Amino acid sequence: MIISIASGKGGTGKTTLALLLAATRQNITLVDCDVEEPNCHLFLQPKWQDSGREISVMIPHVHQDLCNGCGACSAVCLFNAIAIAGKSALFFDELCHSCGGCLLACQQGAISEVEKPIGVVNTGMASTLSDVRLLNGTLNIGTPSAVPLIKIMKKEVAGLSGEALLDCPPGTSCSMVTAIKNSDYCLLVTEPNSFGRHDLELAMNITSLLKISTGVVINKSDGDLSDESIQSLCDSRNVPVLAKIPHSISFARQYASGIIPDEFRSVAADIWRQIDSERGGKG
Amino acid sequence: MKIAITAHGDDCHAEVDSRFGRADYFMLYDTEKESWKAIPNTQNVEAAHGAGIQAGQTLAKSGAGILVTGHVGPKAFKVLAAEKISMFSFGDSNGTVEEVLKAMLAGELKSIDIPSGIGVGK
Repeated sequence: MIISIASGKGGTGKTTLALLLAATRQNITLVDCDVEEPNCHLFLQPKWQDSGREISVMIPHVHQDLCNGCGACSAVCLFNAIAIAGKSALFFDELCHSCGGCLLACQQGAISEVEKPIGVVNTGMASTLSDVRLLNGTLNIGTPSAVPLIKIMKKEVAGLSGEALLDCPPGTSCSMVTAIKNSDYCLLVTEPNSFGRHDLELAMNITSLLKISTGVVINKSDGDLSDESIQSLCDSRNVPVLAKIPHSISFARQYASGIIPDEFRSVAADIWRQIDSERGGKG
Repeated sequence: MKIAITAHGDDCHAEVDSRFGRADYFMLYDTEKESWKAIPNTQNVEAAHGAGIQAGQTLAKSGAGILVTGHVGPKAFKVLAAEKISMFSFGDSNGTVEEVLKAMLAGELKSIDIPSGIGVGK
C-alpha cells in the first residue's frame, strides 16, 4: 500500500504527519519526494547504504557541423527548447522535457542524446525509529523540474515490499501531481486558516481528478471553532476529516530541534486504523 | 537596414512595449524605403515557456538588423546574438514607436550588451 501525504499550502505539517505515521507502523519505507528541500533525514538520521545514486535525464546534443538549420527539431519541440539561430540549432536545456522528439525529427543525424545529471537518490535505515527505511531524493540546484527525479523514486518504491509513505512536495503543480499519482490513499494535511483552506481545496481538486481516496488531517488545531471552515469544506466535498493534531508549543519545540516527539502518536495510530478499515472495507 | 521596435499596437503611433518575448507587436521600419510594417507576436504573448526564444526567431525571419526594446532576457539574448541582431534599449520609458525611432536614429539609446536578470519575463 502506498500512502501519499500532500497539502497544497507549504508548512502545514506533511513531514510531521509522515514521521508520526512512520513511528507507529512496522516495516515501512518513508519516501521523501520533496526533492527540492528534503528534510526527513534530519529526523531519521539514517545510516546511508552508499554514497547515493546519481540520476540523469537524456537531453539532445546538436552537432553543429552536421546541422543544416532546416528547423525540423525546433518545429517539433512543444517547449521551445530549440531555436534556429545563426543558421543552426541552438539548444536550451532548461526548457527540455527529454521527450526525444527532436532526435526523431532530425533527418541530418545532427542530434544525439547525452546524459544530464539532475539529482541523487539515497537509501538507508533510520537510526531514530526502528524498522523504518528512508528513500531520499535531492534535486541538483538549478534543475528546473523535479518530475523526472520523483518518477525514478516512485519506480523504486513500486519494487519494494511492505508499505510506503510518500512525503510529497507542497503546492499543486507537476511535482505534487507526479508524487501522489497512483497512490492507494492520499492524506491532505491542512491548518485551520484561510490559506490552509484555500490550498486544501486546490489539492482536493487534484486528488478527485486522479480518483485517489482522500482523507484530511487538521494540524495545529485550536479546537472545533477554529476548524469549522475546514470541516465545512470537507463535508461539502464528502472528504472525511480523519484526525486533528492539536496546536502544541512543546511539540513544536521538540520538532524544531530535530526530535520526533512522542506526543500525538496515538493520533497517528488512529489514522492507521481508519485507513486500514477503509482499505479492508474495499476488499 | 530594418529596425524592429516592440509595441503595444500595430502602427507607428502606438505605445512602445518594454517586453521583448511577450511584446504585442514588432513594428519594423525600413530605413531605405522609410516605410513601416507590423509583425504580430500574438502566439507568444500567452506562451508558457520560451517566449523570448520564439520571438527571437520571428525577428530573425523578418530580416531586422536592429532591435529596439526595453529588456532582453538571457535566452532571447542568445538567439539574437547568434543572429547578429544589434539590440538597443529605451529602458522603462514610455512614448510612441515614432518617438523611440527618432531617439534611436539620433543615437540617444544605449546598446544592450548583457541580458536582463535571469527569470525576467518568465
